[in-house]
Amino acid sequence: MSAHVVPVKTYLGIFVALLVLTALTTGAAFIDFGDLHTGIRLVDVIPLNTVVALAIAVAKMLLVILFFMHVKYSSGLTKIVVMAGFLFLAILVSFTLADELSRGWSPEAGGWNTPVPMILPLLGGLF
Amino acid sequence: MWEVPVADMAVRAPHPPGFKHQFEDMDQQREADSLGMWVFLVTEIMFFGGLFATYIIYRALYLPAFETGSRLLNVKFGAANTAVLIGSSLTMALAIHAAQAGKKKSEQVMYLVLTMILGAIFLFLKFNFEWRADYHEHLIPGFHFIIRSEWGAAGPHVPMFFCFYFFMTGLHALHMLIGFGILGTLTVMAHRGRFSSEYYAPLEVSGLYWHFVDIVWIFLFPLLYLIGGRFAIAGVH
Repeated sequence: MSAHVVPVKTYLGIFVALLVLTALTTGAAFIDFGDLHTGIRLVDVIPLNTVVALAIAVAKMLLVILFFMHVKYSSGLTKIVVMAGFLFLAILVSFTLADELSRGWSPEAGGWNTPVPMILPLLGGLF
Repeated sequence: MWEVPVADMAVRAPHPPGFKHQFEDMDQQREADSLGMWVFLVTEIMFFGGLFATYIIYRALYLPAFETGSRLLNVKFGAANTAVLIGSSLTMALAIHAAQAGKKKSEQVMYLVLTMILGAIFLFLKFNFEWRADYHEHLIPGFHFIIRSEWGAAGPHVPMFFCFYFFMTGLHALHMLIGFGILGTLTVMAHRGRFSSEYYAPLEVSGLYWHFVDIVWIFLFPLLYLIGGRFAIAGVH
């Protein structure tokens, strides 16, 4: 009874894969992949260079986490904790972006200066 | 081994060195060690995550300035340092493997020293070449930063990019310096023969830390060096 021992060959294979991905992502930065136009508000223009660079970074991260950090061979509990870490990071980034990106949205056809009835006069005493 | 009641086993049963008596067996202890380290690394993810989230927002707000700043970084050093750090992750993994496989302690020491050497090369390239050049080119905010006319309208916000650059790479470098302290301690422990195929928890959890620092760099490299529209100046460098 002891921990799973990853063979040296696996480590070397992951190392080579990480180096290849590093070379790929560096080379890809010098090629213009252009933009993807989705027609969806907020994400209308998606720069494909950024997508490629981050996709390669995520692939490298997964290789390091699964093999160098032994998460592939870890207990389910450890795997859940690892995923929880990235879940919280996703909440942090997405909620911050949701706030920041929606600040320019107008609630009324007339924009922010449209008088809002009822509530403001009631609160008037506070201001 | 289960003839002995669990509560008594820790006292009576023979156990390997490094076994803590509150655990039922070494497997449970190993899992607790890794789990505890991962909980710490989750806090580290959020620690760096604050910077990453802020970077995303400000990059969206001042995109031309961030692209201008990104193209001023030396991608050769960035790529070389990525390779060096990946190499140090490999030697760290091999140091743990040496202990797991019951290899001689000299092999553990060799891999740990190699990890430190590669880490030192990373910091040497970063400090002595990249940051020194940035200083001479007046690209460090607060140290006579000079906004160049060729940056055009984006100019006034380029220092913003370099603030992020120095905070993020600086925090990463600080983690590496802490890593040197940990690796140095591990080297002494390995030299004294503290680790065996049964007990190598300090190596394992320190390895998790070192690989985490590697992962941070794996994201800093594209975010800072690569996604600034470098293809637009491909012919220049």
